[in-house]
Amino acid sequence: MSEQNVIYGINGPIVTVRGITSLSMMEMVYVGNSRLVGEVIKIDKDETTIQVYEETSGVTPGEPVCSTGDQISVTLGPGIIRNIFDGIERPLSMLEKQSGSFIGRGSMVPAIDEDALWDVTVTAKVGDYLTGGQIYAYCPETPVITHKIMLSPLEEGEVVEVMPDGKYRVTDTIVKIRKQDGSVKELTLCQKWPIRTPRPVKNRLEANKPLVTGQRVIDTLFPVAKGGCAAIPGGFGTGKTMTQHQLAKWCDADIIIYVGCGERGNEMTQALVEFGEITDPKTGRPLTDRTVLIANTSNMPVAAREASIYTGITLAEYYRDMGYHTALMADSTSRWAEALREISGRLEEMPADEGFPAYLPSRLSKFYERAGYVETLSENEGSVTLIGAVSPQGSDFSEPVTQNTKRFTRCFWALDKALAYARHYPAINWTTSYSEYVNDFSGWFRENAGENFLKYREEICSLLTEESSLMEIVRLIGADVLPDDQKLVIEIARVIRVGFLQQNAFHSEDTYVPIEKQMKMMEVILHLYHVSRKIVAKQVPLSKIVATGLFDKLVKIKYDVPNNNIGMLDGYIAEIDSVLKPLMNREVQ
Amino acid sequence: MKIEHLGLSQINGSLVVLENVINPKFDEMVEFSLADGTKRTGRIVTVEGDKVAVQVFEGTGGISMTNVKTTLTGKPIEIKLSPEILGRVFDGLGRPKDSLGEIYPDEVRDVNGSPINPVSRIYPKNYINTGISSIDCLATLIRGQKLPIFSGSGMKHNELAVQIVRQASLADDGDFAIVLAAMGVKNDVADYFRRSFEEADVMGRVTMFLNLSNDPIIERIITPRCALTAAEYLAFKLNKHVLVIMTDMTSYAEALREFSSSKGEIPGRKGYPGYFYSDLATLYERAGIIKDAEGSVTQLPILTMPNDDITHPIPDLTGYITEGQIVLDRALDASGIYPPVSVLPSLSRLMKDGIGAGYTREDHSALANQLFACYAKVQDAKALASVIGEEELSEGDKAIMKFGREFEQKFINQGFNENRSITETLDLGWKLLSALPRELLDRVDEKLLDEKLVPQQS
Repeated sequence: MSEQNVIYGINGPIVTVRGITSLSMMEMVYVGNSRLVGEVIKIDKDETTIQVYEETSGVTPGEPVCSTGDQISVTLGPGIIRNIFDGIERPLSMLEKQSGSFIGRGSMVPAIDEDALWDVTVTAKVGDYLTGGQIYAYCPETPVITHKIMLSPLEEGEVVEVMPDGKYRVTDTIVKIRKQDGSVKELTLCQKWPIRTPRPVKNRLEANKPLVTGQRVIDTLFPVAKGGCAAIPGGFGTGKTMTQHQLAKWCDADIIIYVGCGERGNEMTQALVEFGEITDPKTGRPLTDRTVLIANTSNMPVAAREASIYTGITLAEYYRDMGYHTALMADSTSRWAEALREISGRLEEMPADEGFPAYLPSRLSKFYERAGYVETLSENEGSVTLIGAVSPQGSDFSEPVTQNTKRFTRCFWALDKALAYARHYPAINWTTSYSEYVNDFSGWFRENAGENFLKYREEICSLLTEESSLMEIVRLIGADVLPDDQKLVIEIARVIRVGFLQQNAFHSEDTYVPIEKQMKMMEVILHLYHVSRKIVAKQVPLSKIVATGLFDKLVKIKYDVPNNNIGMLDGYIAEIDSVLKPLMNREVQ
Repeated sequence: MKIEHLGLSQINGSLVVLENVINPKFDEMVEFSLADGTKRTGRIVTVEGDKVAVQVFEGTGGISMTNVKTTLTGKPIEIKLSPEILGRVFDGLGRPKDSLGEIYPDEVRDVNGSPINPVSRIYPKNYINTGISSIDCLATLIRGQKLPIFSGSGMKHNELAVQIVRQASLADDGDFAIVLAAMGVKNDVADYFRRSFEEADVMGRVTMFLNLSNDPIIERIITPRCALTAAEYLAFKLNKHVLVIMTDMTSYAEALREFSSSKGEIPGRKGYPGYFYSDLATLYERAGIIKDAEGSVTQLPILTMPNDDITHPIPDLTGYITEGQIVLDRALDASGIYPPVSVLPSLSRLMKDGIGAGYTREDHSALANQLFACYAKVQDAKALASVIGEEELSEGDKAIMKFGREFEQKFINQGFNENRSITETLDLGWKLLSALPRELLDRVDEKLLDEKLVPQQS
């Protein structure tokens, strides 16, 4: 059905076709003799503009442009998990088999292995009426994930034939339905979905449960909701990627989609290797059993980089529709915005802020709105949590991508260069970061962490704020002139900073900390503060309390108390009381 | 059969426009023959039907609308490669510049290369011993890494690069090679590199691509691509460990900006083109190790930060692509410390997996962390001292100040010919830390402190 359209002009990834064509907006096309994948992005009566997802060197005017009739879409079905794809869902390991260590052009490989056999159990029965999004079969995809096979949200019909349970390939028909117009549709294990269209849901629900990450500064101070959005902005070297990796490894989502968008090749390799080695604490299986990687490194074609974010979110939504909690890490959305800028520049569109196109904010908001905690069409609960890294130019948070991202995310983890230089990781700045979700979680915290969790959190925050204003004085005139009660604030804030906020990702105990231990750690630190404050109020010099070594001891709790022996922390409270008792009684005597 | 096109229809800066061209290919190389018999080369940068814009590498001086014949080669820009390229000097387009004659190619490659499939990469883990304390201990260079040196005009980045090459090659008993891409550098700088390589007796393992500051700037855009293609050939075909030095990336970026504005493209930040990040990435990402070859490509790009400003787009975007950076500091340089490595902003991202037991020594990571943390405190103490005077500082801060001075003088500072082993470097670090009050050492666990701290004689 592809009529002959031919290439007229070429400028980098932008190819134009002269005259009126039958191509439609956002349609996927094959460009040139080497059949490069492209997408129609602009049509007017003289010219149709196509962005090409591959390198266009060597393309000549007059070569054909073949229409496919479909929008750029991804194939959804069992076999996605454990895979690593490029920005347009081509599996990189298949590309490696086809063209070696370097990525060739015009490679046509199926997104999902079509030869693999899946152990399918069909749940639909003849006579059932299936509506869009309903589950008609399932199969184990990995030892920890059961893949539920759903009807495309756009279809419905009566089941007229069902195959017996057994082993099937993704393209085998397992169920046939009769649609309302009387035609029979054969259903396989997979379906297609255009990446730029959000998959429909039944209802959006309130996001009132946190995504537990085991990272103290995030869980305690700036938690993000399951189904929420968070932004991690930070200059280079501040640890965006490290933080994203930590979240991917430890957060309590069922499925992780990690999108390396315009980032380093070695980092993706590292993720690939590490995720395979790490054992998931919940399932005892390698992390890769519930992970999908999408790698479009910075030197891979820029148009595919723009698409990679959408490919990622579509996969996340697909698993959400099965009733899973998915988390998408996008590293980094700035590279995606730059891809937009690059393509917009080639189209000679009028630039807005810093050369970014005027539609940057609307594209960003559309993307972040695809996160959510929902009731799916199959009446399960599922969620998509979005965590986007932002790489501001020159570490300047006033640039357009950071500013616009801030508007559409409710959680903001600002990474700080000064903290990173002092090797305080995660370098999340506690004065400029925020989370709007905290109060939504009050019920959850009360049930899962303890009655006083929010109270402690608040006290910790106010101590840190007080310290930062005291530090301004210290920076001018030194710490010696401060009265003892203020020195105590600085001393305890140091314990909070070094002993609580700072977390060592390479330490086996410290890399993940359960919420109960976080709660208890706060309790111990604040207990020391409260007791010390009483002592200082009795005019006992602070130096006497510091000399007990308690402060330094608390700093090392994170290493000394194992995660499975939280009871040990009660011992610390008793120790604080007994060690400080003589000081407490001193003035009274 | 090759068709010659007579005349041009437009000349603008380094771009010329031809019309009625038969079958032009995007990105293809073209040759111009001038009436006086000289030849120039160019590359097709946009195609619109039968009208093409060509970028002329040698510049358009002397070209008129009528005195030139153009031939399309039908090929992208290619470079001839053979094991004989070692020890040779080429110009910015990969043509021999020494008087040793043409290369008989074993292989001809497109200089643009192809992206390495992330699945085929091997995550770099082997460290390169450079013999320089500040780098080995605090920003360890890993084989297959891209670690740029952020410098400023007048600082000793070239010396540092030469010292790294010399000492790294000494420590390396494997098969190594060096590729130098000089972009817009002065003749004496290129000479300095050549002389230093000769003195270190490694010239037979060096391939040089020189685009000097008076050479055509457009050629400069191709120079690093030629060098990296040669490096990939040496590493992945001949299985050598290749260290690529690219200097000066700032000149490259400026050439790119000039070229972009002559094409009339919409500028991004500070006039650099919107695709600046992607363009730099196509260079830097060519470092690495792949599964089916023994060799590796390690990059050491050098860039001079305009006005020492690390937020300028060139260092900024470079920092986002490379795996860390070594930042040189003017204040240290002025106080005579060599190499003037500014420790706090310097970083090696791959370091965490390439150090420790089995690579360097098990205490390396703890020591490096503690040194960073302490030296960060030095900056606070210095700031305070500049307000209230050093006399007024608390005892702890005074100890910190003293540590800072010793650290700069003894640890960072070292001779141009001084090659410190990793053990020497790490022991020196512990010795410096020993002078500090123990409660300031909060990044290291007690057991390690007991083991490593050197008792102070009072």
